[in-house]
Amino acid sequence: MEIIVCAKQIVDVSDIKIDDKTNEPILKGVDDKISDIDKNAVEEGIKIKDELGGNLTVLLVGPSEATENIKELLAMGADRAVMVPWDGSSSYDVVSKIIAGAIEKIGDHDLILCGEASLDLFSGQTGPRIAALLDLPQITYAQSLDAEDEKIVGHKDVGGKVVSIESTYPVLVTVTKEINEPRLPSLMDILGASNKPMDVWDAESLVSDDLQPGLETVEIKGVPMERKKIVFHDDLDESIEKVVEKLAKEGVLG
Amino acid sequence: MVLVYSEDKDITLELLSKGSELTESLDEELSAVLIGEDDPDQYIRHGADNVFVVKTDQETFKAEEYSDILVELMKEGEDEVLLLGADKNGQELAPRVASKLDTGCVSECTALYVENEDIITERVIYSGKALAVERFDSKPAVVTVPPKLFDPLPEDEERSGELIEKEIEVSPYPSKIVDIKEKESVGVDVESAETIVSCGRGFDNKEDIEIAQELANNFEGNAVGCSRPISADLNWLPEEHWIGLSGHKVKPRLYIAVGISGQIQHIAGIRDSDIILAINKDEDALIFESADYGIVGDLYEVLPKLIEAVKEKKT
Repeated sequence: MEIIVCAKQIVDVSDIKIDDKTNEPILKGVDDKISDIDKNAVEEGIKIKDELGGNLTVLLVGPSEATENIKELLAMGADRAVMVPWDGSSSYDVVSKIIAGAIEKIGDHDLILCGEASLDLFSGQTGPRIAALLDLPQITYAQSLDAEDEKIVGHKDVGGKVVSIESTYPVLVTVTKEINEPRLPSLMDILGASNKPMDVWDAESLVSDDLQPGLETVEIKGVPMERKKIVFHDDLDESIEKVVEKLAKEGVLG
Repeated sequence: MVLVYSEDKDITLELLSKGSELTESLDEELSAVLIGEDDPDQYIRHGADNVFVVKTDQETFKAEEYSDILVELMKEGEDEVLLLGADKNGQELAPRVASKLDTGCVSECTALYVENEDIITERVIYSGKALAVERFDSKPAVVTVPPKLFDPLPEDEERSGELIEKEIEVSPYPSKIVDIKEKESVGVDVESAETIVSCGRGFDNKEDIEIAQELANNFEGNAVGCSRPISADLNWLPEEHWIGLSGHKVKPRLYIAVGISGQIQHIAGIRDSDIILAINKDEDALIFESADYGIVGDLYEVLPKLIEAVKEKKT
């Protein structure tokens, strides 16, 4: 089984502050990380590989510094990494073309796994776009997977129904956060990761199309969350009395 | 042309409402797409100028084949906008269609308008901390619209329009739906609740959620909600209760977060609440940063006293 897991490096959203003056999010100095749900995809890939045998390649298109974060995925148990440095447009159409190009260059692929969406933008476009570009069937939002040698079944929640979809390989599957708990690599795993192969490919060599983004970002505006933040932490009876008083004044006790 | 499609009838009517606004600005026609069996005339009565009635062998929605149907319908390349529902089906359909048409796509827009003949969208990013304003530089503009964002137009019995039958054959993909199980509905609708008491990891066991319910019972239109771990990891409450980025997004008058740490993904689901009260024994808990009022204390001590105090205040 040849498994490819697509991962994205994102900024840690919980660290983002909004600039009071410009009303823009401040991204400078914010830590970056592999998007959480992509780790669930890696974990699921490792489980399937352990059961059915094969190879697991992690693929990342993004800033060249991401090589550090990819090592974490190698430490989890991926066999090999492919890194495509890209600091051009982050429009989904552009990035998914580069990813699809890299998958074609990797060659054999039975199972392509992605997270359902990245935690920074949460669009969930990349998986279906890759499937479309490679003309593959897709199973999205899988909350559990039953993988066998010849076929895979994914179960997903669709508005109060559990829908089970079966496909032969090759297939693209996106997983949700509920599918598993990603393992934490041990120190030995982390040390071992530096010995695993990591190829670095040039994005332009992977796509024949022009990479004109279909969307242009006009602006990004901060959405201020203005809350009163009145916290009572002294005597409990007193705190409760005050809070109930406040709620009554707000007119929300009715 | 502006095309709208959702396999959910209610969402289609909402999309038609937004679509008719766009067609006015763009001076275009508005078409609804109906795949399978249903009454196409209702779409005319709700604003469509015409309806493509597509005959297909597909029994239920499947993203691969339905994408190919929509792509085939749009192959002339003259369409300006394709509006799809931002439910699970629409969310996997939209990027697939957009990719096949080599065009841009915006998921879950919160606003959509025409400015200087350009299609502009807004959507929430960074777990609700920011709004991205984007302009389409490609055609058609594929956009998914969350359910209930727009109200359907009133039904107009006088409206007439054309029904255009299309037989579209698409090759089947090697994937198939093998089972659909109805989940037992618990009948909770946190999205329309006026007051929500929400439970997090601070609860020691499943039975204790009863205390949250007891507090909630003092309010009209109440519901018990929960954070991700309570539903997804521990299965103490069904998903209908789950509030957050990938759960339900709520907008009650009063949201009471009990024993919830306040992870950004949870906050994304409660941002539109009028008043947020947080109860947590950790005074450094993130939830206090996103709350109007907070009580630092053990929920097992706070809740019984709070229930009494609320009852007393109301009498």
